[in-house]
Amino acid sequence: MSATINSITPIGGNAGKGAYHVSERGYYGEFGGAFIPEMLYPNVEELRQKYLEVMSEPSFKQEFNKLLKDYVGRPSPLYFAKRMSEKYETRIYLKREDLNHTGAHKINNTIGQILMARRLGKTRIIAETGAGQHGVATATVCALTGMECVVYMGEIDIARQAPNVARMKMLGAEVRPALSGSRTLKDATNEAIRDWINNPVDTHYIIGSAIGPHPYPDMVTRFQSVISEEIRAQLLEQEGRENPDYVVACIGGGSNAAGTFYHFLDEEDVNIIAVEAAGKGIDSGESAATSVLGHQGIIHGCRTLLMQTEDGQITEPYSISAGLDYPGVGPMHAHLFKSGRAEFKAITDSDAMKAGLQLCQLEGIIPAIESSHALAVFEHQKFGKDDIVVVALSGRGDKDLNTYIDYFSL
Amino acid sequence: MTTNRIHQKLQEDKKILSIYFTAGYPRLEDTVSIIENLQNSGVDMLEIGLPFSDPLADGPTIQESSTQALKNGMTTNELFKQLKDIRNSVHIPLIIMGYFNPIMQYGVEAFCAKCAEIGIDGLIVPDLPVDVYEEDYKSLFEKYGLANIFLITPQTPDERIRYIDSVSDGFIYMVSSASVTGAKSTFGDVQKQYFERIHSLQLKNPQIVGFGISNADTFETATNRAKGAIIGSAFIKFLNEKGIDAIPEFVQSIR
Ligand SMILES: Cc1ncc(COP(=O)(O)O)c(C=O)c1O
Repeated sequence: MSATINSITPIGGNAGKGAYHVSERGYYGEFGGAFIPEMLYPNVEELRQKYLEVMSEPSFKQEFNKLLKDYVGRPSPLYFAKRMSEKYETRIYLKREDLNHTGAHKINNTIGQILMARRLGKTRIIAETGAGQHGVATATVCALTGMECVVYMGEIDIARQAPNVARMKMLGAEVRPALSGSRTLKDATNEAIRDWINNPVDTHYIIGSAIGPHPYPDMVTRFQSVISEEIRAQLLEQEGRENPDYVVACIGGGSNAAGTFYHFLDEEDVNIIAVEAAGKGIDSGESAATSVLGHQGIIHGCRTLLMQTEDGQITEPYSISAGLDYPGVGPMHAHLFKSGRAEFKAITDSDAMKAGLQLCQLEGIIPAIESSHALAVFEHQKFGKDDIVVVALSGRGDKDLNTYIDYFSL
Repeated sequence: MTTNRIHQKLQEDKKILSIYFTAGYPRLEDTVSIIENLQNSGVDMLEIGLPFSDPLADGPTIQESSTQALKNGMTTNELFKQLKDIRNSVHIPLIIMGYFNPIMQYGVEAFCAKCAEIGIDGLIVPDLPVDVYEEDYKSLFEKYGLANIFLITPQTPDERIRYIDSVSDGFIYMVSSASVTGAKSTFGDVQKQYFERIHSLQLKNPQIVGFGISNADTFETATNRAKGAIIGSAFIKFLNEKGIDAIPEFVQSIR
């Protein structure tokens, strides 16, 4: 399958078409915008002015597509999960982002952004990471292009995610511990933003999810939109139709979900299901289910739903899966939630772990725990016998082996 | 245009020394005595920091003081309670510096109304961009007589500085270099050229330099062209080491 991209439109197609796309000013309904200190204005403004133009350049699209094909291994298969379908009496397809180079969807975005950074003349890359997946994907593309790379990671996450820290180092990145606040993902993001303030000329910040100030959520979504573009073509081939009945994806900040939903946003016959991490339960005080527990506010430069105290202090979420452990959701998802376009579900640690182990045993695939949250939807919702349900398998479980080992006493 | 204490102070024929400190630090109940001490030591204007969990424009010193202040129990309501009678003893301009999220959660209008009631003269909200302010909040700030102070940096283009000048009311906060807050011991030629460039724009609002002012030398260089300067991190470090009673010593070391 080859991606058919019209040569005058940017990657992802023309902006602002439907009600669920970003507006000219960077909003999804009431969410989004760029709530940034003036120190960041020149960088963010430069990106805002140029990103669509750069993404429309035929040479950019060609380079992006070639790397996705030859380096990442795209298109990723759309796999009909036969035994799982039998078990749940419906038609389940898995979009295999786990088979990408570096083991998750994150690389789609980092390939796009590293090419963008080069077009903007930047020589130094910074990124934040929680579990280390985005950090590894960023370190990888920096090695690929010979760029200097600094990854910020919370001190606590560095201790929890030693193998990914080692990977980043092997790939030539410097991993800097974020020592402020709660010393996890949100603080790593703060540190990356501070680094960008301190290095306004030569540095590009590769944000790892569909979050941050405009144009980041839209840019990241467009780079990830290759996921739904491929799903449409692959479904046509396998089922004779482009639209499934349902698309399902897990949400941390929301990049794999944004990419999975993107080309279906305006297709009203496609039901969208977004799965958040309920942690130990919505009411347990240890959860990351932002759509339920969050309120509108500002986090990392955008207006969206986030978990916070009554006083507006951002709180620390919890999930067994480090990649879903973010106190906000991307502004597009906040809008999909508020407008009712997407249905949001919250899946607990234990349901996700069960669903992950089940996929191993039914299909021979060890999923990332993030992705296991999306897989757990079948225990909570009954789908029709003829329904086609596409689930984004956002990553593979190698990085989570220790968690699986501890959890199941393997 | 509002005529509040900030405007009156800026009319005075002197260089303005402004101090930033984090409310509720080192101890929750220190806020008012720090304010009184600073005024009585001859400081011209104060920025009272409303602590935030994720202060992304601040360096380690202010981050740590904010984290500690929150641990001490500082909240928006608590700050307003502490400042309730501040105008009985304090006459210099008082500005609240805080990030937008806590203000949003309080309710922007309620926050402005409370500031007016207490006698706060202005706000600095680093992550409230000028265009959003102009469109959504400017009339509200004006209704309550609050000056809103915007930042500019060495990277801000002249055209945008003029736009910010046109929307500003009070003074322009000139960030000394491309950096988060934090003390520096000297300013180099790049900063001096930037100070000259801004001076030559002949803006309607006076400029006050902040970020990186730490001692008499940096204060002197910064105010050579600008109307005044703001000291934050260096003061917080001093407070941490020497305590509230030593505040006059700090102020005298600056000028
Ligand atoms: C495999 C995998 N899936 C999902 C996520 C969640 O991120 P997002 O919501 O941006 O897709 C992560 C984040 O690290 C991840 O590694």
